[in-house]
Amino acid sequence: MATMEIRSARKTYGTLCVLEDINLSIGDGEFIVLVGPSGCGKSTLLRMIAGLEEISAGEIRIEDRVVNDLPPKARDIAMVFQSYALYPHMNVADNMSYSLRLRKADKPTIADKVRDASAKLGLGALLERKPKALSGGQRQRVAMGRAIVRQPKAFLFDEPLSNLDARLREQMRAEIRKLHRALGATSIYVTHDQVEAMTLADRIVAMHGGHIQQVGTPLELYDRPANLFVAGFIGSPGMNFVEGAVELGTFVMRDGTRLPLPEGMPETLGGATLGIRPEHVTLGEGLAAEVELVEPTGHGIILHLRLAGAVFRVLTTDRRWLTPGDQVQVGLPAGALHLFDESEQRVAPAPHPQQ
Amino acid sequence: MLKTIAHRVAILCFIAFSLFPLFWLLKVSVTPNDLLYSEGVRLWPSRVTLDHFSFVLANSEFPRFFGNSLIVSGTTAVCTTILAALMGYALSRFRFRGKLWLAGLLLVTQMFPLVMLVAPIFKILAPLGLTNSLAGLIVVYTAFNVPFASFLMQGFFDGIPPDLEEAAMIDGADRFTAFRQIILPLGLPGIAATLGFVFTAAWSEMIFALMLISGNDKATFPVGLLSFVSKFSVDYGQMMAAGVLALIPACLFFLMIQRYLVQGMTAGAVKG
Ligand SMILES: Nc1ncnc2c1ncn2[C@@H]1O[C@H](COP(=O)(O)OP(=O)(O)O)[C@@H](O)[C@H]1O
Ligand SMILES: [Mg+2]
Repeated sequence: MATMEIRSARKTYGTLCVLEDINLSIGDGEFIVLVGPSGCGKSTLLRMIAGLEEISAGEIRIEDRVVNDLPPKARDIAMVFQSYALYPHMNVADNMSYSLRLRKADKPTIADKVRDASAKLGLGALLERKPKALSGGQRQRVAMGRAIVRQPKAFLFDEPLSNLDARLREQMRAEIRKLHRALGATSIYVTHDQVEAMTLADRIVAMHGGHIQQVGTPLELYDRPANLFVAGFIGSPGMNFVEGAVELGTFVMRDGTRLPLPEGMPETLGGATLGIRPEHVTLGEGLAAEVELVEPTGHGIILHLRLAGAVFRVLTTDRRWLTPGDQVQVGLPAGALHLFDESEQRVAPAPHPQQ
Repeated sequence: MLKTIAHRVAILCFIAFSLFPLFWLLKVSVTPNDLLYSEGVRLWPSRVTLDHFSFVLANSEFPRFFGNSLIVSGTTAVCTTILAALMGYALSRFRFRGKLWLAGLLLVTQMFPLVMLVAPIFKILAPLGLTNSLAGLIVVYTAFNVPFASFLMQGFFDGIPPDLEEAAMIDGADRFTAFRQIILPLGLPGIAATLGFVFTAAWSEMIFALMLISGNDKATFPVGLLSFVSKFSVDYGQMMAAGVLALIPACLFFLMIQRYLVQGMTAGAVKG
């Protein structure tokens, strides 16, 4: 198992810069999730770590060894591709043992390791099958098996679950988590799905436009998003935002609605954005709003409200019967408010006096 | 129902139309000389004979032509396919400076009529002692077939996802091993199609064979066929018998690879 260190890494294609100033330290056995919208450079970064893309500038170290110029085979990492990339002309056992055969492992060792890996993944009965005779979920497992069979220093995953249906994805997500706990191998997992990121990660690396936006534990990103992008990206349904300004410790919305801010927030701030998560909005006392849409989720409902000229989503488990057009009152608890300045960065409340 | 019948009939008509010359070849080859002109135009002679075949095999130089052709076409097909596979892979996978120019240049070579090039090629090959030799023919045929065959192979490789060799490289292969063990086996249909294409092209090539080879020793079969034409007459029976025999290797070859061929053409066409 291994530590990794990425220093000032950059990637350019001709004049197009797709990754800039990437810095990241990964601890031994850590499960890191790179998350961000499509096209933000997650796969490129993963492929640079794997050795499939050249590193335009900066440095990548695996276990204190600079690997910039090492070919993939010398980096001792395994990778699971979104397409699974199973070798179509080999059966499951041969797919899994290919890496061992390249390393000239002897037959009994290979048989042992393939048996172990296939038992872990429930593939025992499928060893003779060719990939095209497998279901999507089974192919996914074989791809995982191929990665774990040779006990590499680190695992890389590039959206491994995005071709599966929702139920299977949930199941595999749990299995990947268990597998990681059992093997304890350093893992880097790429996804555009923030739920996957939240549930799998020890630490999340949120990316956008070729830059790292924030690195932290899932709850850190959820509770204290560093900027507007992370605030909007993490959490589902997404955070509500209202634009306005801070005057005398009060947030003034565009239409003049006033909202007191908690202590420790700046006294004045022109061009600010206020955010609150749908699950933190309370129904009852507070600002007047009109129901625009009601989406039952079974577990609760998502209300789309018109509040101070903006659309506001509220997640509630209250099954009260509301229909579009109803008037409600919503509370925005001071402790659940997030404030962002003009440059979209989080404005942290000063620590509470008595803490 | 009616549609399928119409479809079938159309296909049958087409097959009949395209196979008719081959049928005529066969018919003349088994028609005895004395019936050839006396019976007029009829689909099958009243009497058949294999005399032409036995004469061609036993008393003419045809077996030598046949052997020469096999050597030339087989070697050309193998050399061209190896070169085209490497070239096609590079065109499909690598980004390098001047790639567009290279591809353009390859296309340009395909635009000249061969006849134009006979004289310069002869001039080039003569001092090298490659005229009147099978090796010379092989070199020329290979050179002329590599560009198109490379594009053909590039199409097939484009249809194989690059993920596969990347997975192999991560599994511990270097690029060439990945090419050999993963991409080549998957590219077999394309390779078979290319082999077949080049083999038949070389098998039936006539202009260079005629110009670069003098004398019957090194003649390939299309040139050899002309020896059945003398100043005063054409021995149609023997010529056709030789023609029928010459079809055999091409047919065998295509029978062998037809499974891959269909697969290869559709793979190249659909996935592209
Ligand atoms: N070979 C390439 N040439 C030029 N641009 C590329 C190449 N590969 C990727 N890109 C660009 O790099 C950006 C990041 O791509 P990628 O890492 O695949 O994003 P993600 O995996 O986050 O969706 C994209 O804008 C993409 O268009
Ligand atoms: Mg990607």
